[in-house]
Amino acid sequence: MNVTLQIWRQEGPDVPGSFKTYEVAGISEEMSFLEVLDVLNERLVTQGEEPVAFDHDCREGICGSCGVMIDGQAHGPQLGTATCQLHMRKFESGSTITVEPWRAAGFPLVKDLVVDRSSFDRIIEAGGYITVDTGSAPDANLTPVPKPAADIAFDAAACIGCGACVAACPNSAANLFTAAKISHLNLLPQGQAERWARTENMVEVMEEYFGSCTNHGECEKACPKSISIDFIAIMNADYLKAKVKNRRLVAQ
Amino acid sequence: MTLQLDAKVPPGAIEDKWDNHKFSVRLVNPANKRKFKILIVGTGLAGASAAASLAELGYDVEVFTFHDSPRRAHSIAAQGGINAAKNYKNDGDSVYRLFYDTVKGGDYRSREANVYRLAHESLNIIDQATAQGVPFAREYGGLLDNRSFGGAQVARTFYARGQTGQQLLLGAYQAMARQVAAGTVKLHTRSEMLDIVVKEGRAVGIVARDLISGAITNHSGHAVVLATGGYSNVFFLSTNAMACNASAIWRAHRKGAGFANPSFTQIHPTCIPASDEFQSKLTLMSESLRNDGRIWVPSRIGDDRPASQIPKEERDYFLERMYPAFGNLVPRDVASRAVKRIVDEGKGVGPLRNGVYLDFHDAIEREGRQVIQERYENLFEMYQRITDEDPYEVPMRIYPAPHYTMGGLWVDYNLMTTIPGLYAIGEANFSDHGANRLGASALMQGLADGYFILPTTIGDYLAGFLGQPPVPTDDTAFGDAGQEVRDRVDRFMSTRGSRTVDWFHKELGKIMLEYCGMSRSEPGLNKALSEIPALYEEFKTDVRILGTAGGLNQTLERAGRVEDFFELAQAMCVDALHREESCGGHFREESQTEEGEALRWDDDFAHVAVWEWTGDPAKPELNKEPLTFEAVNLSTRSYK
Repeated sequence: MNVTLQIWRQEGPDVPGSFKTYEVAGISEEMSFLEVLDVLNERLVTQGEEPVAFDHDCREGICGSCGVMIDGQAHGPQLGTATCQLHMRKFESGSTITVEPWRAAGFPLVKDLVVDRSSFDRIIEAGGYITVDTGSAPDANLTPVPKPAADIAFDAAACIGCGACVAACPNSAANLFTAAKISHLNLLPQGQAERWARTENMVEVMEEYFGSCTNHGECEKACPKSISIDFIAIMNADYLKAKVKNRRLVAQ
Repeated sequence: MTLQLDAKVPPGAIEDKWDNHKFSVRLVNPANKRKFKILIVGTGLAGASAAASLAELGYDVEVFTFHDSPRRAHSIAAQGGINAAKNYKNDGDSVYRLFYDTVKGGDYRSREANVYRLAHESLNIIDQATAQGVPFAREYGGLLDNRSFGGAQVARTFYARGQTGQQLLLGAYQAMARQVAAGTVKLHTRSEMLDIVVKEGRAVGIVARDLISGAITNHSGHAVVLATGGYSNVFFLSTNAMACNASAIWRAHRKGAGFANPSFTQIHPTCIPASDEFQSKLTLMSESLRNDGRIWVPSRIGDDRPASQIPKEERDYFLERMYPAFGNLVPRDVASRAVKRIVDEGKGVGPLRNGVYLDFHDAIEREGRQVIQERYENLFEMYQRITDEDPYEVPMRIYPAPHYTMGGLWVDYNLMTTIPGLYAIGEANFSDHGANRLGASALMQGLADGYFILPTTIGDYLAGFLGQPPVPTDDTAFGDAGQEVRDRVDRFMSTRGSRTVDWFHKELGKIMLEYCGMSRSEPGLNKALSEIPALYEEFKTDVRILGTAGGLNQTLERAGRVEDFFELAQAMCVDALHREESCGGHFREESQTEEGEALRWDDDFAHVAVWEWTGDPAKPELNKEPLTFEAVNLSTRSYK
């Protein structure tokens, strides 16, 4: 099959960028979307044009490195699928596909389709962990966790940190990412000791980088792991409670 | 033989060695720990867990990763599970049995004392990870669930759906993030180590390139830890992530670190077969699927009927036929070779006849679709996305692919390489898996090294340097290493040839897969050793890298990695040629039983082959660490 790619090219954050059009002929529908970019880059190098920079690594939809806007949709048209797992059989031969980087103030552009997502690491550093020094853990079966709670915690923990939720959100909010980690830890018995401090700290660091959630729900649709926006409700409830609890805990 | 290969295995009975050692190593008191700087390269399970644990102890830690975030490391893609000898299932498991299974699974080519320690620490890993909130699978009573893996007759594998690696890595990453926030770990992302710095025979720092600005910078520490993973990408097509590479360990090798058993690579039996020439990587389907999936091919060559129309009696369930005791759960090397034999006989299935069936029909009939879905949902979905076939309805097609490398930098019992002050942990070292790694043991080893072993052993080395600051980064040793790195970058940028880096990588991969893959022979290896240097010469003069070195340049990054693969590939072939026996994943066609199984030569090859850099990648010098077995008897592996 043949496709036309309109790709955003930008040398760096301080220079203006623009779309460039590339015809990619003779590809197979068994190929993944990123393999088409590989083929394009091989051809560009041979022709003497600098290849398109894009982040990618595991190509199994788990590392969260890849992610581009494809025809205006984060990770493209297939639900619950990261860009690397999207295959060309989802496109018609002859179609024109627009490819852009994530667009969000919290993810400054680096080059072409590469953005800087280190703000996500800052949110995790603010409290996305359970404090347990190596060696101090009790036996793993000491604390039973009801299976439904463990399963829901897992659903939240499946987040791959790709940033599609932010890219899809009209407000560039990172609530789904933050809520997924807060819910994963707050739903487990192990996470209770730091529950309220974690929630307040993570939400407030999130707000330094990202916009506010207004319940559009685009994030859930774009999420390659289909993480539910119900977790945002859990986060919001806990944030509200945290505002009271964090002040009272001292007196308890 | 010029390398000092003192394994420093402690005295005492096998079960007492680690305790004896912990008592005998020198300690650094808590107030002094902050005076020691440790550089860690890599943030997978081993690197992240070591960084978190060392920082908790009070050391001054700096961490380097070429990813944009530490959470991207390829440990994240491990699917099936992690072994631990908890015996929660009451099925006769013990530390000793896990130790025994691992030594046997590795075909008696690992160091006993290290493996016993690994089995022992497996218990603590599960406790640690659970306390961190890793959402392992649970029974309805709320306690942890287990499943079986290849090479074991007990169920000792803990798992988190098909995403165990992800959840364990996030646990370690989060523990490290806590230390970053506390200021005890300094994190350098998008920063690739390009060389290590050695002064007076000791590792004193690294040279790194900032991948965004292109700046080449020096970093100094009292010790350097390499946690940079394995080198399966030497084959180009493998289950590794695209950026996985051998450069850190290879650069250390060139500076004097012995490289152990480079030819010991694992070809994983259950991967999705390649579909076309553009394929950029192969995707693993977890070994856990062999718990419920049955592997078969049509008995008759050329039987093109759809799988569902082939009656049971016209199918060859060849693993169950050949290995009745372990059936579909034989170790990976045994399963891979059997699959290759069947496909080579012409019985392969699929459009390119390059796979065998992995069929869940019986399991779905027995347990119901719901149960199977709960166990493997994300794997089934991944398979469907890639192949457009529904594994609930039609059997999966699978074929072996390069997956893991048991070889790596030689380390002693303290995990120190032959360069004092340079440590290698996780897949980057050679120590625990012998000639074949059992499923669900890689996560166990990475975390044992990082959480429990290195934090104990590194103090013994550091204690000798109390009161000495790290070597300043303007020392001549840094100047020399930095200049070498700059010269190399300039050489790549000025080559201006005609072929792309990936073209060379693919060609190298084809040679390696053909002659140094699942089966190896003297003529084949000699052929590889004449073809690789020729291709390498072409690479040096004809590679084309565009753009500049003063900013993000992904082609330049790959060029350095591929160049190191060219040199490593030669060491792998030399090692495979040296080891005339077959053992584990290393199968020499000249050494097989009448039934085509691997035939070991314990009298001549019960040793670790440790290669020393001589300046000529095709002529490394051989050093040997003899392997002695006191707790386990050397015997022929049998899974029948």
